[in-house]
Amino acid sequence: MSQTDIQSDIQKTILKQQKAEDRRKLMLNGILLVLLLLAPFVMYPVFLMKILCFALFAVAFNLLFGFTGLLSFGHAAFLATGGYTTGYLLSNFSGLTTEMGIIAGTLVAAVLGLGFALLSIRRQGIYFAMVTLALAQLVFFFFVQSPFTGGEDGLHGVPRGELFGLINLEDNLNMYYFVLVVFLACYLLVQRIVSSPYGHVLKAIKQNEPRAVSLGYKVDRYKVLAFVISATLAGLAGSMKSVVFQLASLNDAHWHMSGEVILMTLVGGVGTLLGPVLGATLVVNIEYQLGQGPLRDWVDPILGAIFVLTVLSFRSGIVGEVQKFVRKNMG
Amino acid sequence: MSDQYVLETRSLVKEFKGFVAVDDVNLQIQKGHIHALIGPNGAGKTTVFNLLTKFLIPTRGQILFKGEDITPMKSAAIARKGMVRSFQISAVFPHMTALENIRVALQSFEGSSFSFWKSGASLNRLNKRAMELLDSVGLTEFANTMTVELAYGRKRALELATTLAMEPEILLLDEPTQGMGTEDVDRVVELVRKAAEGRTVLMVEHNLSVVSKLCDRITVLAQGSVLTEGDYEAVSADPRVREVYMGTGSSGERGAVTAEEAAQ
Repeated sequence: MSQTDIQSDIQKTILKQQKAEDRRKLMLNGILLVLLLLAPFVMYPVFLMKILCFALFAVAFNLLFGFTGLLSFGHAAFLATGGYTTGYLLSNFSGLTTEMGIIAGTLVAAVLGLGFALLSIRRQGIYFAMVTLALAQLVFFFFVQSPFTGGEDGLHGVPRGELFGLINLEDNLNMYYFVLVVFLACYLLVQRIVSSPYGHVLKAIKQNEPRAVSLGYKVDRYKVLAFVISATLAGLAGSMKSVVFQLASLNDAHWHMSGEVILMTLVGGVGTLLGPVLGATLVVNIEYQLGQGPLRDWVDPILGAIFVLTVLSFRSGIVGEVQKFVRKNMG
Repeated sequence: MSDQYVLETRSLVKEFKGFVAVDDVNLQIQKGHIHALIGPNGAGKTTVFNLLTKFLIPTRGQILFKGEDITPMKSAAIARKGMVRSFQISAVFPHMTALENIRVALQSFEGSSFSFWKSGASLNRLNKRAMELLDSVGLTEFANTMTVELAYGRKRALELATTLAMEPEILLLDEPTQGMGTEDVDRVVELVRKAAEGRTVLMVEHNLSVVSKLCDRITVLAQGSVLTEGDYEAVSADPRVREVYMGTGSSGERGAVTAEEAAQ
């Protein structure tokens, strides 16, 4: 066989593998879709929506942390900004339909994300995390002090309204399927981004930044874009959350929330697509179940212990460990 | 005036707090040459390298690429102009396949690197060129292997292929044979020779036998400044060079010894 034959042979193998990978993705997406479509018939829709909103938040965070290598410790700011903006607009301007309120909240979070990114992107590692944390604290104090947020009480009674002026979202099932559509669209978008030409550059930057620079990439710009996309999706999660619960509260802006999304992502599997979804599901469930029982006051220490356990003994998270296991045992 | 020089530095100085690492260095790299930068540990070779590629900012002085002053430019911009560097520690993307490593370089010149909405399959059109480049360094059969699993010598070969994918006019190699066994060294020498066809190469190198085999011109650095410059015969005969390498100017003809050996 000549050298060119070998080359084209290998190329064919690679294409075949890509196809198989695509099929596998499609299958997983299908399973996820069926599960989520049927879920509200088994579980309480509002609880499921809570999970979906946090899952989207974690997916957004993971785009930055898992796929770009930037640990933001200020993502609560975007969740809260989305939530407050949407909550305020829908409460005060009855002419707005729900989706317009959500889009507005998302856009404001995107702009805030751009601001954060421009101020923090040149810092590396822990300094980057610290700058994002500091900025998020500023946003927190802004929300505490501003009259329109209701301060410590939060913003209550946000009307769910009607989607496109047509579909009544007061109905929990309608609301659920709306949240589901948005969540799936964002999930697929992130899936697409990660494997896109842009995603390959992000991967390169994460794995060896100086080398990416020496190959002619202006890495800061790529990072800023990743940050803005991540902040936008986090804002969208917050916007939807405020509609679902008809409430925007300071909890969402607290640094505790920035920590929680890190926990969700790490437990589920950082740098995997399903990981943050699974992580969010688990954490929300644990908080809820424990909150009901006698261990009510022990929620935080227990989550803390899980965090420590994850970091010490299974760093790739649940999905990451499963992937490793599959790879090892199935070729 | 400086047509024949691809790369030039004029009175290049780099000071770190209270310490002059590079002191008034004037380099002239002639087009088509393989030019070596040698010198004992701490002579400032890597610092010069980082200055040339903008990983460090010079305190004073000028850097000219094809007669154009590139002193204020940034690393990424210089890479796009055709001046691409390698690193001392093997610089690859460990959790990508060899083929994907090359594609990242090829992609750099495509307009699609910000296209986050495009499918990954759109990169497959780069596969053919990437395979050719892999083939040129003898890595065809490893195209689909994760880079982290490649042997050290192969990683360096991959790095070189990635660098070549940028179609650089001048190649800056930072110790391409560092930490390699004899067999790998020979292979890299061949690779560099092949890569240098139609290009200019500037390399930092410790291994003097590599330098003697490859290089047209040699600049010796010591304590941050240029000690001497010339071809291998001239430089190796210079008593000052022996002194900085061996501590004495005495011993006889020792053509191809490595600097490490010599330092012992």
